[in-house]
Amino acid sequence: MATDKPDVRDHRLSRDEIEANFADLHAPLSRSEALIEADRCYFCFDAPCTQACPTDIDVPGFIQKIRSGNIRGSAQTILRENIMGGMCARVCPTEVLCEEACVRNTHEEKPVEIGLLQRFATDPILDGGSQLFARAASSGKRVAVVGGGPAGLSCAHRLAVLGHEVVVVNRDDKLGGLNEYGIAAYKTVNDFAQKEVDYILSIGGIDVRNDCTLGEDVSLDDLRIEFDAVFLGIGLSKANDLGIDGEDKKGVLNAIEYIAELRQAEDKSTLPIGQTIVVIGGGMTAIDIAVQSRLLGAQQVHMVYRRGPEKMTATAFEQALAQTSGVTIHHKAPPSRILGDEFVTGVEFETDSGTIVLYADMVFKAIGQHTDGIEGLVLENGRIVVDEGHMTSLEGVWAGGDCVVGGDDLTVSAVQHGKLAAIDIDRRLREG
Amino acid sequence: MADLTSKFLGIKSPNPFWLASAPPTDKAYNVNRAFEAGWGGAVWKTLGEDGPPIVNVSGPRYSAIHSNDRRVIGFNNIELITDRPLRTNLDEIRQIKRDWPDRAVVVSVMLPMNEASWAKHLPMIEDTGADGFELNFGCPHGMSERGMGAAVGQVPEYIQMATEWAKSAASIPVIVKLTPNVANILPPAKAAMDGGADAVSLINTVNSIMRVNYDTLTMYPTTDGMGTHGGYCGEAVKPIALNMVAEIARTKETSSMPISGIGGITDWRDAVDFLALGASNVQVCTAVMVYGFKIIDDLVDGLSTFLDDKELELKDLIGKAVPSVTDWQHLNLNYVEKAVIDQDLCIKCGRCHVVCEDTSHQAITHTVDGERRFEVIDDQCVGCNLCVSICPVDSCITMKQTSDDSAEKLRWTAHPNNPMRKTD
Repeated sequence: MATDKPDVRDHRLSRDEIEANFADLHAPLSRSEALIEADRCYFCFDAPCTQACPTDIDVPGFIQKIRSGNIRGSAQTILRENIMGGMCARVCPTEVLCEEACVRNTHEEKPVEIGLLQRFATDPILDGGSQLFARAASSGKRVAVVGGGPAGLSCAHRLAVLGHEVVVVNRDDKLGGLNEYGIAAYKTVNDFAQKEVDYILSIGGIDVRNDCTLGEDVSLDDLRIEFDAVFLGIGLSKANDLGIDGEDKKGVLNAIEYIAELRQAEDKSTLPIGQTIVVIGGGMTAIDIAVQSRLLGAQQVHMVYRRGPEKMTATAFEQALAQTSGVTIHHKAPPSRILGDEFVTGVEFETDSGTIVLYADMVFKAIGQHTDGIEGLVLENGRIVVDEGHMTSLEGVWAGGDCVVGGDDLTVSAVQHGKLAAIDIDRRLREG
Repeated sequence: MADLTSKFLGIKSPNPFWLASAPPTDKAYNVNRAFEAGWGGAVWKTLGEDGPPIVNVSGPRYSAIHSNDRRVIGFNNIELITDRPLRTNLDEIRQIKRDWPDRAVVVSVMLPMNEASWAKHLPMIEDTGADGFELNFGCPHGMSERGMGAAVGQVPEYIQMATEWAKSAASIPVIVKLTPNVANILPPAKAAMDGGADAVSLINTVNSIMRVNYDTLTMYPTTDGMGTHGGYCGEAVKPIALNMVAEIARTKETSSMPISGIGGITDWRDAVDFLALGASNVQVCTAVMVYGFKIIDDLVDGLSTFLDDKELELKDLIGKAVPSVTDWQHLNLNYVEKAVIDQDLCIKCGRCHVVCEDTSHQAITHTVDGERRFEVIDDQCVGCNLCVSICPVDSCITMKQTSDDSAEKLRWTAHPNNPMRKTD
């Protein structure tokens, strides 16, 4: 039986060990590797990979340009559909998107490494390469974009390209949203999220108001008055509760908050982490916190999901990554009670074969997020209802990303929402 | 294992694979390594007149066309004939022939259009114990500017004249090596024959500039900023060589002439191509310059296994495919094939559809009953073989005959649309 004094401490590993642990998950392709891999692309007709891409990137088109040595043209093919093509190359679950659709799977069970090729093409541009876009003549219209995450920045960039003036209202002190505060650190090393933000802003015409929270520092009504249109890319900022006894004990944390802290830590070895961790949830965030707990030096990490493996939203690749990182995954075990006095000592689960208890020094909740909603907007299951052009029920207000119905917690989908909304906003503003 | 022993013009070698006259046969050191590796023979790198040695450039002599994984598809050179003293070469040839009596050692020669030179040099070379001569009438760069190599090979009268000089100076077999840089290979072949050549070998390299340097926008490669055309070889030239070999083999006037096949031979299947189309043995250069001498293992083993599988002897393979080569006008226009796509093998890349749609006959679907599916529309298919050629999956698309074998054959020579048709 664990004592009531949990084993939670920092510096479980040295700073060097932790830096090595958090190195790039996938090493970038060398030029030779990229050329050989690009040669594997069959240049399919009406390519299944493009159909599978939420942002409609012309995948065979950009790969052909890698093959011919036209790397800048390749980057442009990617970024004109998906301005966050660099981040998506790192964080997209390609195994269930473009790479799952690759016809090479049928031929030899090994798809073209589309994600790594996309990174190869876009890295030189994000590393200070040339500006690939030019702004249209000024429309004289001003648009407020609320939220500095993938949806908001995608929308802002497209609006700026189309000739509008944009003000991004961002609650955090840095832009990037989940790219900056949420994505697992080993997927976006070397401050890549800020590099991408800098590239997006370099188009011009985008002003940023950081530390400005909708509903606190500024109201939607104010924005509707000041601007010609408003886009909401506000995400799902509130973590869901388990709704079970003991949830308020010390050491029971929301995964997204801990990850945000981890992403911002100058020295990750200073983060306190338990010796034994229980993660509750079955999605990407659950995987991310479980794996990162291990990388910080937690000895034993359990990831517990209430339903069977087929229902987990974490992809097979992500589950395998957790397992090879030393995470034990449990299925069909809904939590019933958090144990402990002041501090958490464990979690009780109800399984088909009876009650089990997993002891824990820390418990991470990763069972999804929600939004509290905004007055005047129609919601469905806690998410904002939008039409095809991403306009909400309020005239002149558009929305996209995780906060809307159809949001699927993927960066790539948020980018597409922002892009589609910008195109619709532009059309409406020009129609007058 | 099939017996690969070869006898070309009476010159014996343990297999029909000789190294072509080129950098790999420039020295005893290399030829010794080649024979240790198992090569059947070597044509010594071309010797010139006795005198001051040839001077080569000291910049790039070679360049290549690569696939993206740097596989060499085509290769080019501007190296001249041997740049070593004649005496050194003769001493080494003599020693090699002594050390390797069972291997073929043929010596390539290039001499000016002057009978005395042939009369002087050929006996000196023959004295080494070499098995034969190969007359280099093919090199398209450098030496051709001095009236030798391709400059001879492009003028049938010169070929005949020099061949006659060689034949009267030599008592061992004389092979004439032809250049492909001619409009029609038959007049040069005929000239060699008329000059008394014992055989022809072909092809030498093709005039070529490899590419431009994208930084300097000069040709590539260059020597101190200037470049010159070279000779092109390697896998890319094989079909050109096969056509020329087959032309000589199937033309009545030249068909009796033994042929040594050269041009892009890389694996045993390439050798089968040359042998079946009329060559009696083959010569290899580029493949060893890309991979080294060890590829002889696959050439020998692959050919031998193939002959065993086909229950053929080497001599039976030679010329086997020649009767199948004819003129377009003799093809049966009543014969019909259509493409068939094996849906179990299809990976649905759609390349067959898009190329047929964009560039051919709009004869392949992309959607059937709302599903992504590629099927041949027989009514539109003209049997062109484009889809078969570009499909990335082996044997997924095949051609099936739809015409009746009993139908009368109809050739262009008798076709009603042919105003020049021959009527009975």
